Amino acid sequence: MGLLTNLKDSISRVTDGLFAAEEPKRIGIYGPPNAGKTTLANRIARDWTGDAVGPESHIPHETRRARRKENVEIERNGRKVTIDIVDTPGVTTKVDYKEFLDHDMDKDDAVRRSREATEGVAEAMHWLREDVDGVIYVLDSTTDPFTQVNTMLIGIIESQDLPALILANKTDLPDSDVKQIANAFPQHETIPLSALEGENMDEVYTKIAEYFG
Amino acid sequence: MPGPTPNVDGGDAPSDDPVSDGESSDSGVRIDMISGARMQGLTSMEKIRLILDGVRDGNIVILEEGLSPDEESKLIEVTMTEISPDDFTGIEIETYPKAEASDQSFLDKLMGRESAQKLTVIGPANRIETLHKDENLISTLVSRK
Repeated sequence: MGLLTNLKDSISRVTDGLFAAEEPKRIGIYGPPNAGKTTLANRIARDWTGDAVGPESHIPHETRRARRKENVEIERNGRKVTIDIVDTPGVTTKVDYKEFLDHDMDKDDAVRRSREATEGVAEAMHWLREDVDGVIYVLDSTTDPFTQVNTMLIGIIESQDLPALILANKTDLPDSDVKQIANAFPQHETIPLSALEGENMDEVYTKIAEYFG
Repeated sequence: MPGPTPNVDGGDAPSDDPVSDGESSDSGVRIDMISGARMQGLTSMEKIRLILDGVRDGNIVILEEGLSPDEESKLIEVTMTEISPDDFTGIEIETYPKAEASDQSFLDKLMGRESAQKLTVIGPANRIETLHKDENLISTLVSRK
């Protein structure tokens, strides 16, 4: 009896250890500049850990370094999913410092910001190729999704066979058109939300658990 | 500024570069149409170099067969490292949306061979502007320097 109990305990410890050792999946939040990626990352982090990931801004390229929030535990329908959220800089193929001059910046600040932005985009691309296990692709539902950056990034994500969840953000705005996003990427499920207002986050968390659990 | 576009495949590229004299670029816009055959023997980085050197010289580069998703990702990454104030602000790139990979065989998918055959237009971000794009038409405005 004692031997059997010891054996059972040993097996239990080994299996528990195996599951505990499982690394949280790194989920990259990608999308074009100003889609609301950091707002979403902060919303998820605040809802499940109480902390934020980084500052939000209407100025493009506010996020210029990939930022990771580790061990975000999301519980859905009795199921627990632990992920690391990686908030990435908005991806683009061009950065002109002159665009920042419109946002009350002097030339030196604008040049510095643009240099950091380019480094951030390069970093984001590297993360996408090497270091993420899944992608949340955030789009601003008030803008045309049919852009080259979106087409290329979705193609890159698909070629890596990464699970991808497409979110149509900013549904709180009057010009929001979720259908145009669903039409642009019919091969993927599109979930509407307002990360700013917290609208439809329940469905977002259910899908995160489903896609990345 | 980068040097002239390298004749990386040792093929039949013209030896006299019409933009190297710095005058012809003022009178027009040079368009390099690069065949799939010319790109085929190149490594990813050689393709990216060929494209970026042309674009940084102010040319419009048209690829008959486009790049793979992995190469596109590296193109964005390398482009970002080359952007510099008042010199190079990046690229504008347009391709037709990839068809639903219907031309890929099961074996291609299994072996990870991707069908990258999509006409691609790449130009300097400060000289090329996309006016309209849909599944069948890409309309761009190219300005002189």
